[in-house]
Amino acid sequence: MPEEISVTVNGAHLNVTSGMTVLAAILSSGAHGVRKSVKGELRGPLCAMGICFECRATVDRRPHTRTCQLLCAPGMEIRTDG
Amino acid sequence: MDNVFAFDVLVVGAGPAGIAAAFGAAESGARVGVIDDNPRPGGQIWRGETQQRADHPEAKSWLEKFARCPIEFFSSTEVVDQIDRGHLLAQSHDGPREFVCKKLILCTGARELFLPFPGWTLPNVMGAGALQALAKSGLSVSGKKVVIAGSGPLLLAVAAYLREHGADVRLIAEQAPWHRLARFGISLLLQKNKFVQALAIRRQLADIPYKASCWPVRAAGNGKLESVTLRCGDRTWQEPCDYLACGFHLLPNTELAALLGCEIRGGFVRVNHLQQSSVSGIFCAGELTGIGGVDASILEGSIAGYAATGQDARAAQLSRQKARSENFTAALRRAFALRPELRASVSPDTIVCRCEDVPLARLRSCASWRAAKLQTRCGMGPCQGRICGPAVEFLLGWKTSSVRPPVFPVPIETLARAPVSQFSRPSEENLIPHEEPR
Repeated sequence: MPEEISVTVNGAHLNVTSGMTVLAAILSSGAHGVRKSVKGELRGPLCAMGICFECRATVDRRPHTRTCQLLCAPGMEIRTDG
Repeated sequence: MDNVFAFDVLVVGAGPAGIAAAFGAAESGARVGVIDDNPRPGGQIWRGETQQRADHPEAKSWLEKFARCPIEFFSSTEVVDQIDRGHLLAQSHDGPREFVCKKLILCTGARELFLPFPGWTLPNVMGAGALQALAKSGLSVSGKKVVIAGSGPLLLAVAAYLREHGADVRLIAEQAPWHRLARFGISLLLQKNKFVQALAIRRQLADIPYKASCWPVRAAGNGKLESVTLRCGDRTWQEPCDYLACGFHLLPNTELAALLGCEIRGGFVRVNHLQQSSVSGIFCAGELTGIGGVDASILEGSIAGYAATGQDARAAQLSRQKARSENFTAALRRAFALRPELRASVSPDTIVCRCEDVPLARLRSCASWRAAKLQTRCGMGPCQGRICGPAVEFLLGWKTSSVRPPVFPVPIETLARAPVSQFSRPSEENLIPHEEPR
């Protein structure tokens, strides 16, 4: 069985299975979008494979991280609110 | 210097082509390194497969070979520039890394082609491969209403996968017309394996409507997708859905090859029968040289791995099997060519460049891709035109290829690693001389 780990998405705790990408965790938390576009539109992922940069979020205080290519780690702090 | 790694052969990309290349090269006793930007090997097609648990026996077997063979694997690492010939700059989560190699094998794969239409920027409108990748990465699609649209055999594979994971797949909309699909089906008959696979998938999806000459013209919803308007012939109708998984077949990731000076012809890297590119010491294999699917990628990867390590007889022997995969590549290209009507759904206020929010109307006022970049910032955002460039080529007929280092955005610490001259040299030096229109 895959092991469960705990992360936070915008401060709220979320249990995910290990091996889940940060992007999948964000979308599983109930959020539809990940980032705001330059004109302020909510955007979600387009390619989910590291090309489009629509899934950028702040992970462990590192901004502009492509979340589709990053796996969740225990205690990871994920923020999509800037 | 720290974090400098030297190899006889360096493989960029750990999908089927890269895995086969690494395995072939390692058989010679050469010191082989493999880099991939993802956390795990397998590329897009074998994403989520592991040696322990794999849905595809072929994936399992190759991933086992990859784990067993004496290579060094660098995950979550992407090449961003060439410091010197055979000397690459890469970045990883742990900071910059340098790779020095005698031979380089590029297996950078393909991405989906995305075409704009009103509403395509709404959350939950994404690529077909993208939704599959997300489902493989842990997102639950169970009970979700999904419309799959665009073009290419990937749509069927995605439908089968999502349905197996509990999604309610409402419809598959293929823009290509039946007569071209039928001809493609006949060409598959000549390749027994592929035909059997196709039949199996079709049988699995027998109760899902598969519409040819059908494509999305609008996505709508409040803050997220709620419905998609589809067009089929003269008929348009709305289909409520949670996800629209939409991709218009595949495009090769040629940026790194172009940066290194490899000749690109008709959108793909030109290689000889032994996968040698126009630059001595650089081999290319897989989708980068033509969209041919997993079998062609494994074959070309093996050839490249052998050829890069002087195992020429083995490479030449395998090379004789290439004709068949080349036929398949050509059949794919013919069958899933884009219909011109797809341009008609885009309205003046449809955003084309998602990084910089540039609508079609602003691009129309520009004379060229270069002018559009300067005046609207189209293609100047973090994706560096990887998404909007091909869309603009299709919509406006502009030639958009222009590659300059770094080929991915990098933190300043990575830039500091490269000699300053690397980032201030005239970009013309890095441009491929010319590219024929597709």
